[in-house]
Amino acid sequence: MSAFRVQVRVMPRASLLDPQGQAVEHALHALGFGEVDRVRIGKHLVLEVEAPTRDEALALARAMCDRLLANPVTEDYDLAVEEAA
Amino acid sequence: MQRVAVIVFPGSNCDADTLAAARDAASDAYYVWHRERHLRGADAVVLPGGFSYGDYLRSGAIARFSPVMAAVAEHARSGGPVLGICNGFQILCEAGLLPGGLMRNAGQRFLSRPTWVRVEATDTPFTHRYQPGEILEVPIAHGDGRYVTDERTVAELEATGRVVWRYVRDNPNGSTHDIAGVCNAGRNVVGIMPHPERRTAPVLGGEDGARVFHSMEARHATQHAGDVRAVGDRHLRV
Repeated sequence: MSAFRVQVRVMPRASLLDPQGQAVEHALHALGFGEVDRVRIGKHLVLEVEAPTRDEALALARAMCDRLLANPVTEDYDLAVEEAA
Repeated sequence: MQRVAVIVFPGSNCDADTLAAARDAASDAYYVWHRERHLRGADAVVLPGGFSYGDYLRSGAIARFSPVMAAVAEHARSGGPVLGICNGFQILCEAGLLPGGLMRNAGQRFLSRPTWVRVEATDTPFTHRYQPGEILEVPIAHGDGRYVTDERTVAELEATGRVVWRYVRDNPNGSTHDIAGVCNAGRNVVGIMPHPERRTAPVLGGEDGARVFHSMEARHATQHAGDVRAVGDRHLRV
């Protein structure tokens, strides 16, 4: 068994209104950052997982996302796995 | 007399009002702590409002895995009436007992104020004492009340008369199709964002919410047990 650090990025589904992102976008425009467009705000979770292999750590993390960490109706997620130092 | 289980999660805060509203309607209402595994012979189950688990991760996301939820799901599957109010609605969506989900209000702010809703479906265990099309004043108190679902599902909800309450005059939170409440395909599981338990007596500012609880109590008087669809196909929208 080794320890893996899994980073989970959960984002509101692209087709849905993201009022937090909109509010931040307006604030950035007010500060003069007119170049900014389509700001979206999600969540970043970092987990340490014990698993025999990297692939199994990834499969475990995916199961956690499907059951709890992300809502399949409103959110999308992606995962990155690295060996924990 | 209906036995009504009011489920209490850590962070529920409308449980006492909900219990009182059910008792005012002459139901035998009692609390069931979320770690219990049995509903103690409940005829109906109410998931009250509040902030279960501090709304951590997503509203309702952690509460749906509370031990009691297996019994609530089993009760729902066997046709038993289940009502989710506010946070209870969010929990039912997270549990997959109702379609869709509830996201941050479009205006970003927590809203605590009266709203007006039209009764769209009267063939549920919680709305059969209302007239179709009746307008009710019922307050909301939520930050995550924007009902969302995919286009196909919302079309199906509309076509099958499963929008139970709809906001009129204004849409406070940006919900799709002004939806304030929906039911499942079996019509025994209902979720609503406004708080009927807060409008059950003149001293509370009105009584428009009381018939939710009278409907629940009178269920056996007007409907055959377990088959609410038998009430004259009145689920078509007005």
